[in-house]
Amino acid sequence: MRDVAAIVGIGHTEFSKNIGRPERTLAIEAITAALDDAGLTPADVDGTVKFTLENTMEVEIARNLGIPNLRYFGDVAYGGGAGCGAIGHAAMAIAAGMADCIVVWRARNRGSGGRPWAAKGNQVGGEMQWYLPFGLSRPVDQIAMLARRHMIEYGSTPEQLAAVATTFRAHAQNNPDAMMRAPMTVEDYFASRFVSEPLRLFDCCLESDGALAIVLTSAERARDLRKPPVLVRGFAQATGPDHTVMANYFTADPLESPGHYAARDLWRNAGMSPDEIDVVQVYDAFSPLVPISLEAYGFCKPGEGGPLAASGALRVDGGSLPCNTSGGSLSEAYVHGMNLIVEGVRQLRGTSVNQVDAQTCMVTSGNGVPTSALVLRKP
Amino acid sequence: MSTARPIPDADDASAPFWQAAARHELVVQRCAACNAYRHPPRPACPSCASLEHRWVAASGRARIWSWIVAHPPVLPAFSQHAPYNVVVVELEEGVRMIGNLIDVATAEIHESMDVVVTFEDVEPGVSLPQWRRA
Repeated sequence: MRDVAAIVGIGHTEFSKNIGRPERTLAIEAITAALDDAGLTPADVDGTVKFTLENTMEVEIARNLGIPNLRYFGDVAYGGGAGCGAIGHAAMAIAAGMADCIVVWRARNRGSGGRPWAAKGNQVGGEMQWYLPFGLSRPVDQIAMLARRHMIEYGSTPEQLAAVATTFRAHAQNNPDAMMRAPMTVEDYFASRFVSEPLRLFDCCLESDGALAIVLTSAERARDLRKPPVLVRGFAQATGPDHTVMANYFTADPLESPGHYAARDLWRNAGMSPDEIDVVQVYDAFSPLVPISLEAYGFCKPGEGGPLAASGALRVDGGSLPCNTSGGSLSEAYVHGMNLIVEGVRQLRGTSVNQVDAQTCMVTSGNGVPTSALVLRKP
Repeated sequence: MSTARPIPDADDASAPFWQAAARHELVVQRCAACNAYRHPPRPACPSCASLEHRWVAASGRARIWSWIVAHPPVLPAFSQHAPYNVVVVELEEGVRMIGNLIDVATAEIHESMDVVVTFEDVEPGVSLPQWRRA
């Protein structure tokens, strides 16, 4: 299915701590904007793929926008791991002839809507029974545990995480849509309070309200639409053995992340290698996921992700591997990584606020849960 | 929002583990076909898919694999303890478990630190396997 489907429309709402409108409304706004961007109308849409966690059902979208006939609809589970998978599923459906024009969206009021981890009951079952009674309750705690282990095994350091956070903040400073645009120095990073040692406040993504949408169609039809198409070169989903969602400590080697497994299929499916990628958007709910994922996808050796970040490689101003060029989840907005995919499209259209010279882009979704990744390219 | 401490809601696979913990015994599930240990408990063996298993007493000796120190905001049930540690330990049997390291200053926690199991009674009939310095 290489290069068979194309992203032809992107749209999003503003991002804020309290946007003041319901998720359903945001979803409609973002999809409308993405269709307008593509030069398409709701009558052109015949398919949807959404996050399983999405609160607005596809029938709700269809009857609000006036989509006459959905011929394909599906969803992808595991929260932040789903985004690239949803785009991949849409591309597969187009390649298989199941639909011609598919919208993928994510609308989430995570800023004003409360913290999911704070709403658990007294009796906890399933996977949670193994960690919540001990106070391992927040996503930051679960990733901090892996970050500590990465430090133990490879000698990675907080200074390397500071490089990730300050680099993405510098990128956000040029992005009018970013929620956090104030300059951040390494000293500012170390002055921020601990949330879950070894991680600090500035290692954590933002709590955001907002929605984004992406429109896909066939590469053939894409040539006649309003904006330059961006081809879906390849995609992959993966989980490794004996996986536990977020608290993935029980498998033989927890640092062999789901992304390590996705990488093998991603490069094979795309027929490409990491050295052919010009810009990357790496899921950054927490800063340690960036070096871990850069290692997983083969941009450096195991344990070298931190030094790579500290070398300045991730910066748009002269870095060899510009990363999260809109500010990412740490400084633009946290909408389960959909903003990373949209920024990847902008880079390949040539419309990013931090434009780099790019023919190809890799985007990854949440690592630490069943994950997914994309390679996008210019035609 | 509940201020009560979250307690495990045992299921068909985990009930024997929590029942043993209530007796202050640490047990691990072991495949009856291929002898592989596994945790958390589940119906089938990830090595051979056998549904036959037995529960065996663990030695109770383990080493610290990783740890965090949680700072506020935390769940109300834990706020009076914050900052507090959560550890992942690797048992002699090879499986890992999540718990808290009791009576150790956070600055003293280190990788491969030897620990032994202890039990914390949190409610009548509910005890959690915890860890203290060996």
